[in-house]
Formats: sequence, C-alpha cells, structure tokens
Amino acid sequence: MTLFRPREAFQGEAGYALLPFQFRRLADDSPVLLTNDAGEHLWLESDDFLAFAQRRLSPVHPSFWDLESRHFLARKGQPLPLEAMAVQLRSRKAFLFQGPALHIFVVSLRCNHSCRYCQVSREADGPDAHQFDMSLADASRAADLVLEAPAPSVTVEFQGGEPLLAFAVIRHVVEHLEARKAERGKQIKYVITSVLHHLDEDKLAFMAAHHIELSTSLDGPAEIHNRNRPLPSRDSHARTLAGIAQAREVLGPHAVAALTTITKESLAVPEAIIDAYRNAGFHSIFLRPISPYGFAARSKRTDYSVAEFMGFYRRALVHLIRVNLDGYPMDEAYAALLLRSILTPFGHGYVDLRSPAGAGFGAWVYNYDGRVYASDESRMLAAMGDETFCMGSVQDSYEALLTSPAMQLIASAAVAESIPGCSTCAYLPFCGSDPIDSYRRQGDVIGHRPSSDFCQRQTAMLDLLFGMLRRGNPDEMAVFQSWVRRQSLAAD
Amino acid sequence: MALPLVLKTETFSLLGPMTLKAVDGEEFVRHGWPPGRSVLLLDAVPEDQRSSLLQVPWGAVMSSKPSEVSTAAPVLRHPDPHQGVRPGDIIEVNPDRPMLRVLYRRGDNGNVIFATERCNSFCLMCSQPPREEADEWRVRQNIELVDLIDRDEPSLAITGGEPTLLGEGLVDIIRACGRALPDTDLQVLSNGRGFADSDLALRVRAVSHPKLQWNIPLYADVSAIHDYVVQSASAFDQTIRGLYKLAEAGQRIEIRVVLHRPTVARLAGLARFIYRNLSFVRHVALMGIEPIGFARANHAALWIDPVDYQGELSEAVTFLHGNGIPVSLYNLPLCVLRQDLRAFAARSISNWKNVYLPACGACSLQKRCAGFFASIDKKWTSHGVTAVVSEGEAP
Repeated sequence: MTLFRPREAFQGEAGYALLPFQFRRLADDSPVLLTNDAGEHLWLESDDFLAFAQRRLSPVHPSFWDLESRHFLARKGQPLPLEAMAVQLRSRKAFLFQGPALHIFVVSLRCNHSCRYCQVSREADGPDAHQFDMSLADASRAADLVLEAPAPSVTVEFQGGEPLLAFAVIRHVVEHLEARKAERGKQIKYVITSVLHHLDEDKLAFMAAHHIELSTSLDGPAEIHNRNRPLPSRDSHARTLAGIAQAREVLGPHAVAALTTITKESLAVPEAIIDAYRNAGFHSIFLRPISPYGFAARSKRTDYSVAEFMGFYRRALVHLIRVNLDGYPMDEAYAALLLRSILTPFGHGYVDLRSPAGAGFGAWVYNYDGRVYASDESRMLAAMGDETFCMGSVQDSYEALLTSPAMQLIASAAVAESIPGCSTCAYLPFCGSDPIDSYRRQGDVIGHRPSSDFCQRQTAMLDLLFGMLRRGNPDEMAVFQSWVRRQSLAAD
Repeated sequence: MALPLVLKTETFSLLGPMTLKAVDGEEFVRHGWPPGRSVLLLDAVPEDQRSSLLQVPWGAVMSSKPSEVSTAAPVLRHPDPHQGVRPGDIIEVNPDRPMLRVLYRRGDNGNVIFATERCNSFCLMCSQPPREEADEWRVRQNIELVDLIDRDEPSLAITGGEPTLLGEGLVDIIRACGRALPDTDLQVLSNGRGFADSDLALRVRAVSHPKLQWNIPLYADVSAIHDYVVQSASAFDQTIRGLYKLAEAGQRIEIRVVLHRPTVARLAGLARFIYRNLSFVRHVALMGIEPIGFARANHAALWIDPVDYQGELSEAVTFLHGNGIPVSLYNLPLCVLRQDLRAFAARSISNWKNVYLPACGACSLQKRCAGFFASIDKKWTSHGVTAVVSEGEAP
C-alpha cells in the first residue's frame, strides 16, 4: 500500500548524541555498568561500551533501543528527552520540596547504660542528673519550630540518653504538637528510640493514645548484646526483650522496630544475629557499622575495616536470603533502601544518604540544652568540643537557623553531583553526600573520596548489590523484589 | 444481540437535521424529556392513547405507517418496530438522506460521542480511518446529544478521529458531559499529541469534570517504532510531552497499547518505560487488534498470532502488576492467553460487534471471555483458539 510508509522512513538520521552518564566496571573483564541522573542503569559488554561511547554503536544493536529508552543516547534529529529526564530527577529528589521532615528531640542525656560504642554522649543517671533534661520551655519552642517547617508530614523522634527517663518532656512535646497540628495542617508521626527498660502502663497508655512507635537497639544474641551494652546487672538483653514484648502487647505487633550495631565481636556471627532477630519476631534488620562518633571514636578496640564489615555483611545477606526463601520474610533495611532506589523511579529519601545532604536540609536535632544541630553527628562533635555544625538555639527563628553559618558550610558540600569523586561516580544516583562525616574524618566538609571510609563502604555495598542484580539468580531476585515492594515472597 | 446503527427510513416534512430522543408514552412520562427534542415511537403506544399523545408538540413522530399519522410534527418511517429504534435510544435524522443513524443505544456497553473524522495520525491498524471534514457542526450536535443521554448511563467514550483537533469544542463537550451526566465515567480516546504545545490540558482542568479519563495510546518506548505505527514523525515526542502536560493538569490517564508485530517487539521495554517515566498513569490496557479498517490492509506488517507473544506479554504484565500499576488485557480470548495472564483479561468488546466462534460452544470459559470482533476472519484467527474444558466450570 502506498498510503503507508515503511519502518525505515521513521528511523531518522544516522548517528546519535551521548546524554550525560557515569560508568563503572565491577571487575576488569566484567560488563560495564552505565547509570545516569534519571536513576536508570544498563549493562554493556566492554566492546559495546567502547562502540557506544565512540558513537559508533549500530542502531540495530540489541542494546541500542534500551540505551535510547533509558536516556543514555538521543538519536540525531530527535528532540532530547528533557521532560522525561526532568520528571525522573524530580521524583528522585522529591524530598527537596519538603524541607526538614525529621525532627529529633534529645530530651535527656541521662542513660542507665555505659555502652562502649555509644554514638551519643551520655550522663550517668543520678540525683543531680536532671540538669541534663530538656527544659519544658525549650521543648515548647522546639515544637513550634517543627510546626513552622513546610513539610506536610513530619516525624518527631525522641532520643537520649534514654528518653524514657525524661518522659515528662516527651509528654509535653506530644501534647503541644497534638493541640496545634490541625491548624497547621500537619501529620505527625512519633518515634521513641529507647532500650525499653523503663516502660510502664502509664507510658504505654500514652504511646497507644498517640500512636507512638518505638525503635530499640538489639545487637543480636544475648552474649554480644550484653557485652556491647553493659549494665551492672548484666541483663540488658533480657530487659530489652521483655520491653519489646510488653510494648507489642499494648501497641501491636508492628509498633517496635530494632536497629543493630555491628561491633568487632559481631563480625564473626552474622547468622546468629539474624536468627536472634527472627526469634524476636522482627521482619526487618538494619545492619549498621559502628559510627566513628562519641565514645566509639575513642576506643581502638572497637575498630574494624570496611573490608571486614563487608565480609560480615556478605555472609549476613546470604543467610538472610535463605531465611526469606525458607518462608520467613525479613529485609535488611539498608540493602532494601538501596535496591528501592535502583529498581524503582523513586528515591529512597533516606536522610543519611541524600544529595543535597540530609543534615539540616532534611533533619534537625534539638539538643537537651536548647541548641539546634544539623544532625546527630553534629551534636556529637559538639559534645567533643566542636560547635561547627550548631545551627543556633531554639530561640532563633526558623529562617535564621536554616541560613546559619553551619548550614552555609554544609550547603557548600551538600550536593554530591558537584563533589570531586562523586560527580563522576556510577553510584551517584543512589548515594548521597555527608559533609559532616567528611569533616569529622577528614577535617574538611568536601573531603577526599579515595581515602573515605564512607565512600568505600557505599561503593562496596553497591558493588555487592549490582553484582547480584547482574547475576540475576532468580531466588535472590525474588527476595530483593519482595523487599523493594514490601510484599511477601509469592508462593509458587 | 447486535443491532445495526444505521437504518433505512423515510422522512416527511422534516425541515433540517435533528437529534432526537426516542420515547413511548411511559418513557416520556417517567423521564420528562423535552418533547420538542423527542421522537414519539407511535407503534409502541397503545391504540387508545395515540390521539391524546399526538397532541404533544413532538420533535418528530415515528411510525411504520407514516401516511396514517395525523400530526403537525415531522414524521419518520419506523425501520423495524421490533429492533430498529427503541425507547431511550437517540437518533439523528436528516431530510437529505433516507437514513437514520442511532447515536446512542440504551443499555449498550459501547456508546460513544463521535467527535470528529479528522486525525493527525494515520495508524497502521486504525479501525476508523480518518477523513478530512468540516466538523464544527459535530460539536453542536454532540452537546445536544449529551443532553438526551440517560442520566444513569454508567460510561461513555469520546472518540474519533482525534478529539483534541476540536480544541475548545472538545472542552465544550466535556463541560456539557460534566453538567448533564456528572455520574457518568467519561473516557476520551486521544493520541495526546495536541496537549504538547498548547494550554489545552489547563483548559480541560478548568472544567473540573469529576469522572474524566484520557485513554492515550503509546506503542513503544522509542520514537522509531511509535512513529512508524502511527505513521507520523515526531508523534512519540508530542505524545510523551502531552502526557506530562495532562499529568501536570491533574488528569487521570490510561495508557493503551495495541498488540501487533511492531509493538510486541518492545513490549517489555515499554512497560519499564511507563513505570520509570509515566508512573502517574492509573491503568495500562494491552489490547488485541481489531481486524477492520487500515488493519486489514496491513495484515502482513501487523499480524502476529497471540499465542506467539505470550512470553513478551507475560513479562510486561508481570512487571507492571508487580510494580503496582494496574494492567488489563482487552480483546483477547482466554484460550490463547497463558494461564497466569487470564486473570488480567476483561470482556472489553462492545456488545454490538462482539462474537464467538463455533469452537466456543463447548468452552467452559465463554461467559467471562472477551471473545472476538465481528470482523474476524481466518487470517486474523489465532491457532490457539480452542474450547477450554475445565472441571467445575460448566459451559
């Protein structure tokens, strides 16, 4: 039929332009991973990659259309897919439209523990210890700042010390916010981070009434947990488990989340840690390496390398996948959030792994003394005598805090897309910038990627996950998808 | 069951074209349609009521014996009292033609508002080949039509041609639907190109129709294939930008993909593209081809037996469904679908052109099967068509 034109009539001109991309080889002879700011990724064999980059890849090559579809190239004579790329970028950076949405209240420094790796400064509990509680006046003022932040839904997290030791402050903040949130059109989620040793009926009733969730620390089996978290009575593990049970009974089975901190002792027993979580009824575990702040930074005995951590993590992931395939759903929270940012068009929005950085832009910390910090790490630096990242005090205005010298300094290094070593990294779309970590470890907010532990760990994590995605083992992929979609594994 | 939509008639003292609601006495009394815009179906009126009903100033009167009707209104010959025109239907008559067109069939699942014959694409498989015409009159007629459609009509489609070529006229029709039929789902079948470089999406938003959806075809994730299928350079780019304009204007959007040889090749890539770039879409419909219009001329380029693309189809459906994008299969008989895909299939073919084949008689799934288009013939029939006989499902 002459009415219709053949396929070839719509091929356009020969040739194509490269759109901005980053790339990485996982190993010398492995295919090349391409990524771009839209968050797309694609693998090319080495020869094809060279041909692609030199703009001589044939339009009938099997990957050609995938490269076009995923915005790695634009055929000559065709308009650039700017709208599509902009929409993808906007989805991934959606957190920017919110402003600070995580508001952390350090209601007290008092704590009953003396953990060797404590990330925060703490003061032993005692008769004079109330000077380390947040004043109710400061608490009211901080709560007003929460209401001023533009985010329509915010999370208010109570930390310490042990926040349950200053429950009056928690009660005060929650009641202050609940009385005012409707007129400000805010939805507020509350979380208390606690070892759960100080729960009682009154506190639980208050938590139930305001749908307060709990986040606790559980380091795995009793031996490790009790060694990490010393109490004179040496029963921290048992008391935390009892607290979890008590809380679940009143608040429901999903009201308690748990984090684990991986110490040197943990490294040998990833399977036991995961099994301990399973036995405690958890469906998520967050395997966090030890932080270089607080008491942790002062102890050589707790130190281990990124390679050691990754050895542990690899074993943990293998075991966790087995646990899932055996029918018990449990994700590793960090892998799940990275996979979500790789396999979906949505950013993970995780406040510790954003670009622009989460510190100050995504989260504020109101310290017990009324000072406001850009992150937990910022106030730990302050406890060690360095107030660089103190934004001001709760008496200051929202605008003054956001435009403080501390925020200007963070902003200068907040955008990973502009940081040497990050701007060309294939993992940039899934990673973030942490100026405070760079400052702390390397003495400079921009820092030096090749010698950065943060960068090494991120790179190793993403190498591991992308390697598994590339292999595409069906069992592993099924488990990964169940994490990404927060669904149970389909029984088949 | 299928009733013809164009019928022979004769008109007497009809002065100009009219759009008329068909009523009998009961219909008139119950629904209160304006008599001047109604045609009385005299054959359906009992003898003893006729003379009094003929006193009403009807738009027209229809009878199988037009010479015996005594009325001042125009008279139409009733083509077939049993199945031609029934109370509730809407007809169009024109003194220049001995035909009447049924614009609306009460109770049919495929009623449409036909916006225009014109189109800016020229799709290989077009079931309604476009024609240039001056179509301003259609806007007026469609607005009149909307006023006469049953208030409890569950759903209507605005189709063409390309409805957006009417510009403000389309906005007027949508506004009329929103006013007269606020509870009726309204779907517009558009290629979306007209939104790319205009403010049409914003003007549609201003109408605030509560139940409006845009059904927009996308045939591939790359321009070379999409543009080939719609036979228009730049169409892909315009449709994509049009989709973003609609999404920004808060419109509800369904993506439609007709399955044939050129589109099946990139189906998985297209599913991924939709998820990554168009994650705001409410629904994706993957549709079997209707063997009519241009499709028949392009059989060689288009035909692929559905049993031969089940792998690609399953991959796309599993991906979209798994990622939370609702997906349906239209116009495909259950027997050619893989078991895992049957749950996604819908009975999608309008009653008036829906048929089943001889093999279907013994099939236990017929009741929930889409069946076939009436235009099907051997060249367009899958080798996989067979009666599915399963336990527990009586034929």
